[in-house]
Amino acid sequence: MMPHCAYVLRIADTSLILAQRLGEWVGHAPAIEEDLGLANVSLDLLGQARMLLSYAGELEGRGRSEDDLAYLREESEFLNATLVEQPNGDFGQTVVRQFLVDAWQLELYEQLLESKDPRLAEIAAKAVKETRYHLRYSAGWLVRLGDGTDESHARVQDALTRLWPLTGELFSTDEVDREIAQAGIGPAAEALLPGWSARVAAVFAEARLAAPVMSPFSWHGKQGRHSEHLGFVLAEMQSLHRAHPGATW
Amino acid sequence: MRRDSGVDLYTQGLDSLGKDCLRDEAEESGTFEQRFQTRVDAEEKIEPKDWMPEAYRRTLIRQISQHAHSEIVGMLPEGNWITRAPSLLRKTILIAKVQDEGGHGAYLYSATETLGVSRDELIGQLLEGKAKYSSIFNYPTPTWADVGAIGWLVDGAAIMNQVPLCRCSYGPYARAMVRICKEESFHQRQGYEIMMRLSRGTTAQKDMAQQALNRWWWPSLMMFGPSDAESKHSAQSMRWKIKRFSNDELRQKFVDYTVPQAEFLGLTIPDPDLRRDEAAQHYRFGTIDWNEFEQVLKGHGPCNRERLEARRRAHDEGRWVRDAAIAHAAKQAARKNSRAA
Ligand SMILES: [Fe+2]
Ligand SMILES: [Fe+2]
Repeated sequence: MMPHCAYVLRIADTSLILAQRLGEWVGHAPAIEEDLGLANVSLDLLGQARMLLSYAGELEGRGRSEDDLAYLREESEFLNATLVEQPNGDFGQTVVRQFLVDAWQLELYEQLLESKDPRLAEIAAKAVKETRYHLRYSAGWLVRLGDGTDESHARVQDALTRLWPLTGELFSTDEVDREIAQAGIGPAAEALLPGWSARVAAVFAEARLAAPVMSPFSWHGKQGRHSEHLGFVLAEMQSLHRAHPGATW
Repeated sequence: MRRDSGVDLYTQGLDSLGKDCLRDEAEESGTFEQRFQTRVDAEEKIEPKDWMPEAYRRTLIRQISQHAHSEIVGMLPEGNWITRAPSLLRKTILIAKVQDEGGHGAYLYSATETLGVSRDELIGQLLEGKAKYSSIFNYPTPTWADVGAIGWLVDGAAIMNQVPLCRCSYGPYARAMVRICKEESFHQRQGYEIMMRLSRGTTAQKDMAQQALNRWWWPSLMMFGPSDAESKHSAQSMRWKIKRFSNDELRQKFVDYTVPQAEFLGLTIPDPDLRRDEAAQHYRFGTIDWNEFEQVLKGHGPCNRERLEARRRAHDEGRWVRDAAIAHAAKQAARKNSRAA
């Protein structure tokens, strides 16, 4: 697959799988406001995923639609960051996952505003506004939970320890990233690290949370090598669509 | 057989007025009462700070909170399909719909709060199983077509019931209903569109649509509540302009509106007695199984237990989160104070 298409799919799939995870919450959140808030974020991410998947389909040139790409690819063809496929856990773990991704997406979309690919720049212009709101939401909750009670503090610190090793992948530049950066289409993955680290550190301080040390092993979801969780996410997401080949809905 | 006044649900809640309320009524001052009724008769809106009969207040609290509970519990049967929606567009529409219902719930709890009851107290009543919600949400959604049928029929029936409530005498409720009705009619159209796609689709899809109609038709008719002959509190609610049409009138309106839609879909309404009465310009329908209605109300429907358990689980598992938010707010306030000092 050409790097340009793979790159767009990585961003698309990351939004799609996170939207899917957040969709699991709707109707089961700690308060009505959080049902509404998580649904909002899920809807924005889904909107981003749809634009990006359609674009990836065009770049691929095989006539595949957003739904073909979402519903008919195999697990190893999904290029999302491994972090977003992790289970929701409790609300704290969902908030930590969301915060880490929001801060990364904000860096990414801000830099994509300058992309030489006008289509990506256009999508980023819409997404960056949404992502600022998402980050305000997740950072707000991270501070509340980190600072709130002993129990809430322990829960989010624990979630942070669990999820932190999955952030390495977001900043490790591989062949696709290099080609994309050279073509001026997007930033090299590692270029997002300083801005992300600064944002994250500021909120951790306010939330009284300690950042774990980065562990050496990094996942490679963006290359199609996933944790054990994605298979179940896809099995659920794709089940009905695949049960009726060729049907329209 | 008379039905207990506890039979107040969602849209069925229009009959609500407990016996206890009637007693208080007599004790209230005749002059205030007369002035209140004069305003209601003149179609003036009653606002939270206005004097109102205690029974009127309690009727509204019961009706609006039951409506709010129904919106919240109603998120569950359709939410069930969010992760499996068969296209990304359908997934988007469904999340937005379920989110709307949550918004309706929040909005209606706020309307109830203007009558002096807190949301926490009302939610407590729901979780303890003391409050009612629309019995329709105690039915399962085994297929995607159930999502379509709910939008088409359940939101459709809700609109029939709720449009007249936009003119309810109580201002905050009437205003809430204006906004809610707009969204409900969106939901109804989206549900119908799902049914349209299915009934124009493959044999399996069409079959799925028919089965869902079979499941939801009768429970939808039950949403309008007991027949007028059995409904004992309608008169007072009518006089207070909380209720504008009788249960049977609304049910008939729904049937007249919906039968041609089913015909257009090429689906069969599961009622062998259904026929067109040309002279009366109505569709006549068969007898509703009120025994089933009673059983579901009493908690013996297919999903009563699951629905309440899901709400309780969300509430219990969310407690530490809500506690943390409160603790953080208190710490923030303390820090602000100590800085100011
Ligand atoms: Fe609603
Ligand atoms: Fe609705």
